[in-house]
Amino acid sequence: MAGNVSTLAYVAKHRQRRSLGDPRWMRFTLIGAALLFAGLFLVVPLAAVFTEALRKGWGAYFAAFADKDAQAAIRLTFLAAGIAVPLNLVFGLAASWAIAKFDFRGKSLLISLIELPFAISPVISGLVYVLLFGAQGWLGHYLAAEHPLFPWLQQWLIARDLHIIFAVPGIVLATIFVTFPFVARELIPLMQAQGKDEELAALTLGATGWQTFRRVTLPNVKWGLFYGVVLCNARAMGEFGAVSVVSGHIRGETNTIPLHVEILYNEYNTQAAFAVASLLTLLALVTLVLKNLVEWRHRRALEAAAASDIRQFAT
Amino acid sequence: MNSSSAQRRSSRRVLPGFGLSLGFTLAYLGIIILLPLVATFAKTAGMTWAEFWTAVASPRVIASYEITFGASLLAALFNVPCGVLLAWVLVRYEFPGRRLVDALVDLPFALPTAVAGIALTAIYAKNGWIGHCLEPLGIKVAYTPVGVWVALTFIGLPFVVRTVQPILEELEPELEEAAATLGATRAQTFRRVILPALRPAVVTGFALAFARAVGEYGSVVFISGNRPMHTEITPLLIITKLDQYDYQGATALAVVMLVGSFAILFLIQLMQRQGTRRARA
Amino acid sequence: MSIEARNISKHFGSYTALGGVSLKVETGRLTALLGPSGSGKTTLLRIIAGLEFPDVTADPTAGRVLFHGADVSDMPAGQRGVGFVFQHYALFKHMTVFDNIAFGLTVRPRKTRPSRPEIADRVNELLRLVQLDNLGGRMPDQLSGGQRQRVALARALAMQPKVLLLDEPFGALDAQVRKELRRWLRQLHEQLHVTTVFVTHDQEEALELADEVVVMNQAKIEQVGQPQEVYDRPASPFVIEFLGNVNRLAAGESRLRTPGKDVLYVRPHDVDIQHGSAIRHGLAARVLHIFSAGNYGRVTLARADTGEHFEAEVARDRLRDLQLKQGDDVSVMFRHVRLFPRGEFTEADVRDGKLTETKAGAVPAHGAGEHI
Repeated sequence: MAGNVSTLAYVAKHRQRRSLGDPRWMRFTLIGAALLFAGLFLVVPLAAVFTEALRKGWGAYFAAFADKDAQAAIRLTFLAAGIAVPLNLVFGLAASWAIAKFDFRGKSLLISLIELPFAISPVISGLVYVLLFGAQGWLGHYLAAEHPLFPWLQQWLIARDLHIIFAVPGIVLATIFVTFPFVARELIPLMQAQGKDEELAALTLGATGWQTFRRVTLPNVKWGLFYGVVLCNARAMGEFGAVSVVSGHIRGETNTIPLHVEILYNEYNTQAAFAVASLLTLLALVTLVLKNLVEWRHRRALEAAAASDIRQFAT
Repeated sequence: MNSSSAQRRSSRRVLPGFGLSLGFTLAYLGIIILLPLVATFAKTAGMTWAEFWTAVASPRVIASYEITFGASLLAALFNVPCGVLLAWVLVRYEFPGRRLVDALVDLPFALPTAVAGIALTAIYAKNGWIGHCLEPLGIKVAYTPVGVWVALTFIGLPFVVRTVQPILEELEPELEEAAATLGATRAQTFRRVILPALRPAVVTGFALAFARAVGEYGSVVFISGNRPMHTEITPLLIITKLDQYDYQGATALAVVMLVGSFAILFLIQLMQRQGTRRARA
Repeated sequence: MSIEARNISKHFGSYTALGGVSLKVETGRLTALLGPSGSGKTTLLRIIAGLEFPDVTADPTAGRVLFHGADVSDMPAGQRGVGFVFQHYALFKHMTVFDNIAFGLTVRPRKTRPSRPEIADRVNELLRLVQLDNLGGRMPDQLSGGQRQRVALARALAMQPKVLLLDEPFGALDAQVRKELRRWLRQLHEQLHVTTVFVTHDQEEALELADEVVVMNQAKIEQVGQPQEVYDRPASPFVIEFLGNVNRLAAGESRLRTPGKDVLYVRPHDVDIQHGSAIRHGLAARVLHIFSAGNYGRVTLARADTGEHFEAEVARDRLRDLQLKQGDDVSVMFRHVRLFPRGEFTEADVRDGKLTETKAGAVPAHGAGEHI
């Protein structure tokens, strides 16, 4: 999503610098131009989604969700996000703990590698799994090999009829891939900024490693964690390109919400497509609200801290 | 030199959990990200040079590069002045709805690309809200390269705004006041004092928007019409090849795009590092 | 509980933080580790606490930390029974003052953990001790710097440490609060008698507060001694220059000439000024600037022979009697000087214009030679 841009670390510096001294005509012209641009590219598409969704009234709107395939798509989306988000959450905590609290060689390389999925086209994020697990891929070859390295493993995989690609596991994997950096990227700068003095203090007071993590580290990063999870979840539920590549596009089985939208749209069932899309749009709007809520809370906490620093100088 | 470094008790760390957390990080990174990427590169190793070249340089593929990179470049370029304008207005001026607009800037990050794709298509189609206004003027957006550009502008919109905004907030007002006391006009101040300070952020934002646009798929496929040689973008071509079971062709294209993305990523990091170095100095 | 550090070395990459340092701190003492930044004092403190580990060398007796004779080198920080106060306090931002102080007690394993009321009693007692009785419910960011410092101290004391270590305890405070807290900490130490080591770069703080001062420079210990001793009988040019104002003059060309002793140190309050060049044994100088405030006046002088500038600190009454003006030629007497060749030093008193060596010899064990 946000590339390397918006993090809580950025919020920490968020302050307004007014230049109200500019002449009125200039202010109005610039504000007008900016609002025109924002309106054209942000508000109009948003409005279009809901207008198209409600074109045939509320009845038709809700009918789109009554559809069995739509409900299966919603279930699958929740399943994929329900697996991908917790896994990436655990990864984010582990990675940020290792990177922020310890010094080791190759740290900046590791940070770059963690951000790598942001630089990769979603289509390729799906493709890599097709190449790994598909019939043409390494694992596919392995399943077809006459003399496998571990015959029992081959037996086991075949016996389970384990399908990864064009099936649910592939969708989950692709979702994990594209949402991989979100939590880690929020937590690493935050934990780095907080240093490790509080953790060391807890250790000198006799706390175990786990107690230190749970009672000192975690409460200190909880908002950043929440923020990362919200962004991670939004992307996990909305991912289209990567999932499209690994999905078998089987209705009711391997379709997520965005893929269901595509199918409806391509069948010229525009109203239903937009109705289902409006669900994802609401999710996006909730994400934006939560994001701003976290930023606002965080900023208030920082302002309180700054105010107390001023008090400290006053006494 | 080894003897002295061997004496150091470098493995001892005060905080616990280093081995566990780094081990898990590396294992997870390796399995989820690196292994599939290596598999992709390994796949092309089985191709001959001629096969690879045919796969990545056929006329249809070249045309897809042109539209992908061309439209991405134009979209990112368009986002530079618009993004700086939006950031400026959001930071410097007070107006009703400012906070709402500020929050909405992130919409392209949060809105699933498929939704953006069908929404933009609906707006710019012949009978759409904007499309029907442009139609009499002879301007067609949907199902033309212009449509690709519109979609890529949308998804790249937040980058320049979000890189420039914090710099603008940090910019000392004293700089502008000093310029004013030295007799500079507002325009001169902006061009010679503010703009140079923003330049690194603008370049970073541009590069991020460009990198994102090059790989974009979901928002483009609906509005582009996907006509080969005309509006077919490279990511779509990869999927087309996959659907035709041309795994080698798809892989070769993917490798070209991956190398391109990594190069852009590397450049961005280089620029950011230089930016911080300059800031420190 | 006594503390002993044996031959501690610590490198960070190619940077030497500690180069084979040994130190003994007696039970119940209040000891200051004094030195400029980068001298290794904080690293030494953190190694004693178990927050860093010394380099391992071929010598198995090197790099050991002993508490009361028992080797604790391999013990993690939490088990050493050390109370550590961090430079920026490291208070848990998300906990109240009360919870911060209680933390060390609440993380104990269930078997040894006091009951809730016991913890509450202990915390309230500590809050009284650090004079923050009514602030238990506050969050750290609602406290002033001095209050945070005292919370950090109370938190460390809650686990009844046998050793108390403080890293730049007053570093982040402004001058007024600093002085108050310094006095208060001294009282607290007399009350509790916990073996205490604190790190500071402020010589005044070290001299005023500590029973014993350990002067450190460039990863080595320069001198260990009681404040008076360190100030009056500095073991090296570094210690002289670091502790208080001092004039450094070339001895070679002066009348104070002693073969082989090139550098002369004299404290401004050991410089006496007399009118005219009539005094036989004096050093001729010219008054450049006079600044008078408080009980003492500071006179900047230039030596007639070498042109070197130096300062004299003269009691106000004396200054009035002298009626000095800028540009006056005067005669200067040094009451007490230290002369340094390269590598050794001589302490001398000046009587009737002649040097009387009271002590001479090599620099004491810890002293480093060539710091000129």
